[in-house]
Amino acid sequence: MKYVISDVMTITKRQLLQLARIPEVLVFSTIQPVMFVLLFRFVFGGSISTGQPGGYVQLLMPGIFVQTVAFTLAATAVGLAEDMKKGLIDRFRSLPISRGAVVIGRTFGDALLNILVLTVMAAAGYAVGWRPTSGSLSIALAFLFLFMFGYALSWIGIYVGLAVKEARTVQSVGFLVTFPLTFLSNAFAPTTGMPKALQYFAEWNPVSTMVAACRQLFGLKNEFGATASSWPSQHPLETSLLYMVLLMVVFIPLSIRKYKNTSN
Amino acid sequence: MKSVIAEHLVKTYRNGEVKALDDLSLDVEEGTVLGVLGPNGAGKTTTVRILATLLKPDSGIATVAGIDVIKHPDKVRELIGLSGQYAAVDETLTGWDNLVMFGRLYHLGKAASVKRAEELLERFSLTDSARRPIKTYSGGMRRRLDLAASLIVQPKVLFLDEPTTGLDPRGRQEMWGVIQELVKGGVTLLLTTQYLEEADQLADEIAVIDHGKVIARGTSDALKKQVGGERLEITVENADIDKTQEIVSRISTSAIHTDIRTISAPVTTGSIALMEALRALDEAKIHPLDIGLKRPSLDDVFLSLTGHVAEEEVIAQPVKKKRGGKK
Ligand SMILES: Nc1ncnc2c1ncn2[C@@H]1O[C@H](COP(=O)(O)OP(=O)(O)OP(=O)(O)O)[C@@H](O)[C@H]1O
Ligand SMILES: [Mg+2]
Repeated sequence: MKYVISDVMTITKRQLLQLARIPEVLVFSTIQPVMFVLLFRFVFGGSISTGQPGGYVQLLMPGIFVQTVAFTLAATAVGLAEDMKKGLIDRFRSLPISRGAVVIGRTFGDALLNILVLTVMAAAGYAVGWRPTSGSLSIALAFLFLFMFGYALSWIGIYVGLAVKEARTVQSVGFLVTFPLTFLSNAFAPTTGMPKALQYFAEWNPVSTMVAACRQLFGLKNEFGATASSWPSQHPLETSLLYMVLLMVVFIPLSIRKYKNTSN
Repeated sequence: MKSVIAEHLVKTYRNGEVKALDDLSLDVEEGTVLGVLGPNGAGKTTTVRILATLLKPDSGIATVAGIDVIKHPDKVRELIGLSGQYAAVDETLTGWDNLVMFGRLYHLGKAASVKRAEELLERFSLTDSARRPIKTYSGGMRRRLDLAASLIVQPKVLFLDEPTTGLDPRGRQEMWGVIQELVKGGVTLLLTTQYLEEADQLADEIAVIDHGKVIARGTSDALKKQVGGERLEITVENADIDKTQEIVSRISTSAIHTDIRTISAPVTTGSIALMEALRALDEAKIHPLDIGLKRPSLDDVFLSLTGHVAEEEVIAQPVKKKRGGKK
């Protein structure tokens, strides 16, 4: 057990080495969110009017940030499923290494990648006119929230990857979960225009609370959820934090246990 | 002393519908090689996975180096090396990266991991390709690297699941050489194979398994004896068949079998019988097209034990592979 840290670091390092050996992955995982920024900014940006100074891009950026980190779920799941399929997980399990090391190492690797992706996206956003108006402490806190949200979702990804096993299916399941979650939210359009039932869902949706929390931390008033008077809309920071803690408390032990018993 | 013991292992899938192991027992004497021979779906991989702590049996017990694999998997993992049916290495990384990573996971220090990786690469003739991603390796190179990864820390017991399946004849020869070297070094080895010749070449003892059960067990020679001893086989022109049969009947006391132009009969005196036959044929001015002593192959063993040939897919039970065969 004294080797836990060294084991985790070895696994994380392996993922970084993979990125170094196939830089395309790195390029594409950063191009995609940047493309989103540009598309939304220039395609929809003109047609959606907001009351905020600086226009749509101010509201848009938090949405794209959250959407991007939400895809960590699929990335983690696919990576793990691929390792399972190649028999690498079997090999790791036959080694005298500490139990959680392989999955913890992977969540760390994906988290490190998220730091890079968020940095590139922030730069792209800045280039197209995104200017957070709050103080640097609030901005840092927003990024911490984004980072933690991605990390928490990574643990669901571990569970999904271990349960589904087949990389391609995992990819579909990942999209099936993340797409509705990101679009049934306040990320790109106000929830107030939705039918009642969907609106209810959208307000409690962790993506919405995260987006609202980030908007608040970046110094915006949360326009897209403004008319909603529900608790999560009023307290996005607290709700988001609660969600993250809840996800980790549930999925970290669940996923580690699943890993231990996998294929039994 | 027995290094590996498995007793009455049972493993079923899909709520008992598929019996992967059906009361399987085997053991391996320390420092020897046991070849587990069986066709597709016989239960080879399942057996290896249980012994290597990756899978829990429904019932039965198993020990490796005297340690219970179900109760103390962590301790067993420190003593074993496993090279699974499909090379399990990180394809995007280089051979060097992989071995250093596994060295670290075996808790060797940084320098020691690098040193060990270089030693193993050298030993398995992979030094030249050490800095290339595994993706660019041939099947044989991959298998060798996979084997190297299971030897980072000299294991007490080594499990090799079909180490040469999918290799071309040259790759297979190379792999056999590598394994023979290892065995000389004194490792206890349990090796599974679908190739009768392979078990014959590498194993001290063979356990033939089918439908999750051991159906025969013994040295290659003993198994062959079970099917019958040596036979004298002579192929001649049609015109000489009668005369040849008469000659053979003088040498062999048992039943003579004639198949088209090949006359065969069991003999007990080996090469002496062969020489006798040659002399008699020469005197009778018969020129055999082919003549020799034939020992039964393990194929014959399998056929006589199971009623079907080894390479044949078993269709009796649903054969669903967990991992799709070829990549
Ligand atoms: N996860 C699983 N779910 C259902 N059936 C399984 C599973 N794993 C193995 N089996 C079945 O158990 C039996 C034994 O499988 P096993 O993989 O041990 O065979 P094998 O001897 O290794 O075959 P091969 O030569 O094809 O590798 C087969 O009938 C197989 O279909
Ligand atoms: Mg197998």
